[in-house]
Amino acid sequence: MSGYEARFKVWRGDVAGGGLHDFTVEVHDGEVVLDIVHRLQATRAPDLAVRWNCKAGKCGSCSAEVNGRPRLLCMTRMSVFSREETITVTPLRAFPVIRDLVTDVGFNYTKAREVPAFVPPADLGPGEYRMMQEDVDRSQEFRKCIECFLCQDTCHVVRDHEENKPAFAGPRFLMRVAELDMHPLDAAADTGLDRSRAAQDDHGLGYCNITKCCTEVCPEGIRITDNALIPLKERAADRKYDPLVWLGSKIGRRSRDR
Amino acid sequence: MATGTEPPATDDRPPGGGVHTPTRAAIRARHLRTDRWWLAPTATAAGLLAFVVYSTWRAFAGSDYYAAPYVSPFYSPCLAESCEPMRSGPNWGLFGAWWGISPAILILVFPLGFRLTCYYYRKAYYRGFWASPPACAVAEPHKRYTGETRFPLILQNVHRYFFYAALLVAGILTYDTVLAFRDEHYAWGHMGLGTLVFLANIALIWAYTLSCHSCRHIVGGKLRHFSRHPVRYRLWQWAGRLNARHMQLAWASLVSVALADFYVYLVASGVFDDPRLF
Amino acid sequence: MSVADRQEWDVVVVGAGGAGLRAAVEARERGARTAVICKSLFGKAHTVMAEGGIAASMGNVNSGDNWQVHFRDTLRGGKFLNQWRMAELHAQEAPQRVWELETWGALFDRTRDGRISQRNFGGHEYPRLAHVGDRTGLELIRTLQQKIVSLQQEDFRETGDHESRLKVFQECTVTRVLKEGRKVSGVFGYERESGRFLVLRAPSVVIATGGIGKSFKVTSNSWEYTGDGHALALLAGAPLLNMEFVQFHPTGMVWPPSVKGILVTESVRGDGGVLRNSEGRRFMFDYVPDVFKEKYAESEAEADRWYDDPDHNRRPPELLPRDEVARAINAEVKEGRGSPHGGVFLDVSTRMPADVIRRRLPSMYHQFKELADVDITAEAMEVGPTCHYVMGGIAVDSDTAAARGVPGLFAAGEVAGGMHGSNRLGGNSLSDLLVFGRRAGRYAAEYAAGRTDEGTRARVDDAQVDAAAAEALRPFSAEAHEPGAGPPENPYTLHQELQQTMNDLVGIIRREAEMKQALEKLAELRVRARRAGVEGHRQFNPGWHLALDLRNMLLVSECVARAALERTESRGGHTREDHPSMDRRWRPVNLVCSLAGPADDLAAADPERGRIALERQTTEPIRPDLLALFEKEELVKYLADEELEGLSE
Repeated sequence: MSGYEARFKVWRGDVAGGGLHDFTVEVHDGEVVLDIVHRLQATRAPDLAVRWNCKAGKCGSCSAEVNGRPRLLCMTRMSVFSREETITVTPLRAFPVIRDLVTDVGFNYTKAREVPAFVPPADLGPGEYRMMQEDVDRSQEFRKCIECFLCQDTCHVVRDHEENKPAFAGPRFLMRVAELDMHPLDAAADTGLDRSRAAQDDHGLGYCNITKCCTEVCPEGIRITDNALIPLKERAADRKYDPLVWLGSKIGRRSRDR
Repeated sequence: MATGTEPPATDDRPPGGGVHTPTRAAIRARHLRTDRWWLAPTATAAGLLAFVVYSTWRAFAGSDYYAAPYVSPFYSPCLAESCEPMRSGPNWGLFGAWWGISPAILILVFPLGFRLTCYYYRKAYYRGFWASPPACAVAEPHKRYTGETRFPLILQNVHRYFFYAALLVAGILTYDTVLAFRDEHYAWGHMGLGTLVFLANIALIWAYTLSCHSCRHIVGGKLRHFSRHPVRYRLWQWAGRLNARHMQLAWASLVSVALADFYVYLVASGVFDDPRLF
Repeated sequence: MSVADRQEWDVVVVGAGGAGLRAAVEARERGARTAVICKSLFGKAHTVMAEGGIAASMGNVNSGDNWQVHFRDTLRGGKFLNQWRMAELHAQEAPQRVWELETWGALFDRTRDGRISQRNFGGHEYPRLAHVGDRTGLELIRTLQQKIVSLQQEDFRETGDHESRLKVFQECTVTRVLKEGRKVSGVFGYERESGRFLVLRAPSVVIATGGIGKSFKVTSNSWEYTGDGHALALLAGAPLLNMEFVQFHPTGMVWPPSVKGILVTESVRGDGGVLRNSEGRRFMFDYVPDVFKEKYAESEAEADRWYDDPDHNRRPPELLPRDEVARAINAEVKEGRGSPHGGVFLDVSTRMPADVIRRRLPSMYHQFKELADVDITAEAMEVGPTCHYVMGGIAVDSDTAAARGVPGLFAAGEVAGGMHGSNRLGGNSLSDLLVFGRRAGRYAAEYAAGRTDEGTRARVDDAQVDAAAAEALRPFSAEAHEPGAGPPENPYTLHQELQQTMNDLVGIIRREAEMKQALEKLAELRVRARRAGVEGHRQFNPGWHLALDLRNMLLVSECVARAALERTESRGGHTREDHPSMDRRWRPVNLVCSLAGPADDLAAADPERGRIALERQTTEPIRPDLLALFEKEELVKYLADEELEGLSE
């Protein structure tokens, strides 16, 4: 196995301050950045804080920024860097830092609570649900989300504007709204909840200027912008900015199946 | 209590918002990207700028836009009395002699609006011209940001109407392409190099128009149960497949429409004669 | 002492995987104020790694399926060592638990008529696994997470506080279950973020912490799987059952080294993937054991026909229970017919078109592409066994999930023992989480409901809290405790040595001498672990966390090694080279581990004694109507002579 010494800069510190620390560390064939962070922990900095769980790109815990780009540490192979390159690892820069590479991602859990849950249809019991594959495909794509929050981190609406956080749910949770709005059996409408309208009014869909960074960073390859955010914008436009649709609904032409 | 060493408190953080908000990791750099992130927005801005310059010149020129049987897509349909006469071509004198400037202005509003509110072009100019953001995870220079929540950008929501208009325009350009199967004496059954240019252009225009996100929504995306609407589901799948290439189609059709116009310009201004194929 | 936070709850659930969350939902819906404590962020639990599906006999794809068939498969898979009442409840209730998920928003893959699709899996007679591509665990955890959020939204509407009745304590680790007398009185733990301690007082504690895989070097398990719940129960006085049974999943990645052990889902084989050795031979045909001979195909042609016509052909031997496949791979590699990196070849590329592979196995495609630069649509994968699951666990009452001997303590999921016998079938773990998670939540809530006023609730003993705090802080002053004993030890080094020991000496194939050696090594590590020291402070300090987890891993590893040494037969997830066949006389025998002597006994360094006492217990006889589901010819292969005597002809 061919090993080499790589140069790393790792941000260490907490909310009071901190900075980039230099390390030179051994790298072996086939390793990922998380392996290197673990090697640092085991040999150089036992208290280096990092979140990780599955190490297989399935849990979305080890989100950080590598050379300035939001990534999963466990899915960033060392082979994508040249041996001469200095690799900089920092915590996510859109969220408050806790310690070293660990940030406070509470923003996302707050936003998750603001999206009204799935409303089961009143007339169907467990075991009676019938849904066609083509009708669940769209929502299933969004449910691939592993909640790594890289999209939330990269989105300039909150990354560059802390003050927008209260008003903006972020790509992950706008996508959740889209998922529920496209769910074939969600009965939110029966409770008076219009999810597309709420996306605009309550979750800040209008802040999104579809610059697609969320799609670029998604480790699951979900086409967040094209398949969730833009369709949601179009659905909101149906409700709010389309007099034809409005007129249609007034004269009862609007079918139950939108 | 055993709470040993605190991390070195070297606050390396300029005061400010965004990534420099005091609770976030103290990193002075606005971004740490080491790749050539500036390349894409710069190229985008340069490309769009080039088109704006070219199209402004051509749109206001008001000349060299017709060389039988070809009419420049910038001037079709031609709706002023001042238009050059085109036999069975798309010119109707709806606007009288009082219309003093180039007739292109009358019609260009629609394709321009379509592209200006297009979800791809929005991304392109927000990034390229507005630097909002310049690239992913690169801090934007603006202090405040409200996105498309208020006037004027809230008007982006009218994209679907421009889509309808773009359908009409594409229809007329299709008609122009059919007319291009004549020779300069209006005899049918001929083709020139220009016909090929027009064919390529109209194919790209249609592909771009039908790959539009609004189109995808209207033909089927708005539905909740595809299984009850098999035809619209099929249409939605087609639109989706095109939509995946929306960016490429946006650029390709932008170039092709400029090329088609330029071709007409060259022929009309007598730089060369349209090579006849048959 | 330094306890920052003391709170009162009705039910405390330790662990937020499938079982913990299902328990929490149930307890809260039954009116108990419920706290969930998890080591990671909410929604990151190891359940997300489950790929294949949830086994439930809904009969959507083959209407011949019913709970009896599922029960039969489960018992065969577990080689009849299962706690039969658990297997019965599990088979009966699994379909309800799956359907219920749909009402909470889960979106499973569908059949053509719009019902939940079900797929084939090793050891299951019919297509039975409800699934979502190969990310079923993610769907399960997200659905439960979103159900919890919806309950919190309900509470917010009623009380103005999301967390008034159901709260998730993220990134907190429980280090002790507190007791008053025999009864549970709460838990003690620390917050990772701040390092502060917290005490939650509650009459009911549900342990749902998952498994022990991080004691082994090659494992599919995440860092959380340090046997915390097993150790908490032991330390609280509850016994562990059959800890020798550790499942090695036959197909883990073997290359590159940094991902060695990561799971390659069984669906690869369920959907048509085949195992080949370096000679290109489908070697599984050579490894069908006698008890399964009638159920599996004898020729490749028959096996291949089965995918399309399962009613008239027998299934391919690649779909034997996991223990059989893992042993076969091990044997092939050992005999020099392995792949270049020490595994065997698992091939789908020649069996299915590329687009079908990408659609049906998207995360496998992604995983190999990203991590190993292997395109599974074009070439074979290299796979080998990886430590995956522990069948053994806390001994519980089948119906109520109550831990034996400690009133107020409940356990569900992987941490509970019994359900899977000596070997778990794929797909049975997610259904296990749901069925017994719900039962644990229900009975924990009922137990707490009977103890609502101060007089009936067990009190938290301050001395226990102080002792727990001192134990937790010990790594910060490792030198001070035993002067002259030696320098502080690096917890990472100790962990690596432990993993190497368990992997090499108590791994997939076991030998008496090696296990004795393992016990000696464990004793040495136990002594050294008392000196495990850490640098830095208490705020999010992984070195400290690992030093505390070491206690649990060492305890559990000792259970595994001792029980494995005792059981002189090979059965399911326990293979002895010196006792290579299953012995019917061991069928009615459970091995039960409990804590020997007080927790701080320094004599624990003695490898002969150790900290674990082992006892043989005779199992409860299987109910006759359940035995009647099997042919007598089959039962004689499994049951001990005295059990067969009572059987009617």
